[in-house]
Amino acid sequence: MLKRENIRIPVSQQALVIEKPIDITTIGGTVTIQINEKKVFVPFGTTILDACKENQIHIPTLCHHPDLCIAGVCRICVVEVEGLRTLQTSCSFPVTSPIKIHTSTEKVRKARRHIIDLLLSEHYGECYSCFRNGNCELQSLAKEYGVDGYSFGHILEPKYKVDKSSAAVIRDMNKCILCKRCVRTCIDLQEVGVLEAINRGHETHVGTFLDKPLADVICINCGQCINRCPTAALRANDPSDEIWNAIDDPQKHVVIQTAPSPRAAIGEEFGIEPGHSFTGELNTALRRIGFDKVFDTNFTADLTIMEEGTELLRRLKKAVVEKDSSVRLPQFTSCSPGWIKFIEHFYPEYLDYLSSAKSPQQMFGAVIKTFYAKESKIDPADIITVALMPCAAKKFECNRPEMNASGFKDVDYGLTTREMAKMIREAGIHLPEMPKSNFDEPFGNASGAGLIFGATGGVMEAALRTVYELVTGREVPFENLRIESCRGFEGIKQASIKLENCVESNNFLEGVELKFIVAHGTANAKKVMEMLQRGELSDVHFVEIMACPGGCLGGGGQPIPTSEEIRRKRAQAIYEEEEGLPVRKSHENVHIKYIYENFLTDGPCGELSHKLLHTHYTKRGKYIS
Amino acid sequence: MLVVEKNNLSYEIERMVKEYGSDRQSLLQILQAVQKKYKHISDFAQQEIARMMNIHPVEVYSVISFYSFLSTEPKGRNIVRLCKTIACDMAGKDAVETAVKRELGISFGETTIDQRVSLEYTNCLGMCDEGPAMLINEKVYTHLNPEMAVNILNEIK
Repeated sequence: MLKRENIRIPVSQQALVIEKPIDITTIGGTVTIQINEKKVFVPFGTTILDACKENQIHIPTLCHHPDLCIAGVCRICVVEVEGLRTLQTSCSFPVTSPIKIHTSTEKVRKARRHIIDLLLSEHYGECYSCFRNGNCELQSLAKEYGVDGYSFGHILEPKYKVDKSSAAVIRDMNKCILCKRCVRTCIDLQEVGVLEAINRGHETHVGTFLDKPLADVICINCGQCINRCPTAALRANDPSDEIWNAIDDPQKHVVIQTAPSPRAAIGEEFGIEPGHSFTGELNTALRRIGFDKVFDTNFTADLTIMEEGTELLRRLKKAVVEKDSSVRLPQFTSCSPGWIKFIEHFYPEYLDYLSSAKSPQQMFGAVIKTFYAKESKIDPADIITVALMPCAAKKFECNRPEMNASGFKDVDYGLTTREMAKMIREAGIHLPEMPKSNFDEPFGNASGAGLIFGATGGVMEAALRTVYELVTGREVPFENLRIESCRGFEGIKQASIKLENCVESNNFLEGVELKFIVAHGTANAKKVMEMLQRGELSDVHFVEIMACPGGCLGGGGQPIPTSEEIRRKRAQAIYEEEEGLPVRKSHENVHIKYIYENFLTDGPCGELSHKLLHTHYTKRGKYIS
Repeated sequence: MLVVEKNNLSYEIERMVKEYGSDRQSLLQILQAVQKKYKHISDFAQQEIARMMNIHPVEVYSVISFYSFLSTEPKGRNIVRLCKTIACDMAGKDAVETAVKRELGISFGETTIDQRVSLEYTNCLGMCDEGPAMLINEKVYTHLNPEMAVNILNEIK
């Protein structure tokens, strides 16, 4: 047997011997390193990239992303470390000894320039015909390094066919630079596992299982890969041309509903810092573009709360009073279409646990083409409903065959924040300069409870405000209705609220401690489902799950880039806007009362609302044949 | 695939996973074992391996696509791999290539109808001084000429 130490290893491949600190307890201590002749102190184990960032030294990155694990594959971040023969990737080099680093020597600059040239030689297409023009990391790197020609040539024919099979995500591997951010997003961040590097050498490409089209694999359409792609290899399926056609058609009555998260993020597309809501400005801009009516998805978010809350109370009643063992508790929320497809693929045997309520988008589509069409005397066949969503999966959801409760396709087009911004720019409008205006009647006022659907924990908070009051007759006992245990960005949040002094009709819940869980990102959803499989959730009543990290505000249709800091600012904007609203509980929304008095007359979860506002799910399974 | 076949395959994979372990580092051994036994790793086998090792099917496929000795398409009982690298090329690979193709009646990348032989190219076998070289299953043949190659091919079952 060959022993490892007997094999002769070439010098270039010998393992780097990292000088151990004298005292092992210095782990967590600091190391003094020298970056470009400047002495700095950094915690032991910090990467060179982080050390440089802290000291205001810019190092270009491409495969590095704050949400993802370190890969070190693009090699654009190389620096020179004294004593090492080769250049080192700063993103994956932990500082463990007092090293000397040079970030801008001739060798480094040349190497980076060559790396960019090599990436461009395989990157098909021209910038001016690319939708990421102006927001492309490869383009800005090329600009930064003054690339003015293709020194290694440039690919002139596309190598791969563009995969347009999916309703939500389009993959154009000709633009891919193999940074594998999408792979890490899909496998590590979301734990869905659709994308991986296929083949070897110059044939390597990012592909799906058996290189099948995206529509045939277990993709949940969350679109997180789009948010993290540095180039235009991944994009959402853009319906804006069809929407323009509908707007230009005088026969068509084009109605748009806007979700809370795009409003908190669309400013970023117009150069505004994250954390500012543009609700009023967006309403004006949408009317100027030519939408006939602008409605607020929060209205049906309130409707969702009424339906889902009632469903939860019914399940609780069955479980507590009738001791019915067939009742599935905890009840899972069903607002996130990415999560729905995730559970359909990975846990099809647990579909009964899902609330049967549709998502707010689909509820609105059904309400517009029935109730609104009747009230305003418009033929529903002439109504085109567009949904402005932060989400790629909503495009898939509105194309589900079962989503036609009104007799028509409930929601015709799902539009993402990025595509809306593009349409606004196309119309020659600079959004931040628009005057503010309100939503259109008859769904003009929505409650703040609907607004906070955009952040993780929002559905739970909104539901608790309503359920607690329905059960006890009092407001939730928190200052300014802030249920802090629902807020924040921890992966899985667990909390409870005690129901006491209940009203007579709900006194079966007297003394019950309502336990709930909030999770965001499908990796956390997986953990929750594993807890459910192990039987650890038997005493939990309600679970909110959002497929995207941070909830809807971190959705796959939101402006690029994304990071936890940006998501926190968007959440802050949503919570701030919410506090200023006059009505902050779903059941107090006057329009909700109106619709239950005049249209859905048999109340929440009644016969008509079951037909229009509830749905069923498909057992998809994860096997691909 | 018949249900019985599927069940047998699952059972066999389960046995292999037990034998080699279900850690990620055992994946290659399991794939090699499946390849050896079934001459390819079918879609279903890939998904079963993924399920039992608790990884994603696409990761299994990614590994298979990386290694040319693992395949997703059924291969013949014997795999003939002719070295296509420059040293063998200069030593007279072309003549061997033509003879082999004519003898088997298939071109490279194909399998004979009786599933006896699959014909493939390979990169350098490290036999540059003894070229042209050919690898049949796990055995290397060197200093080939067309006649020899045909004789060797006729010997394998």
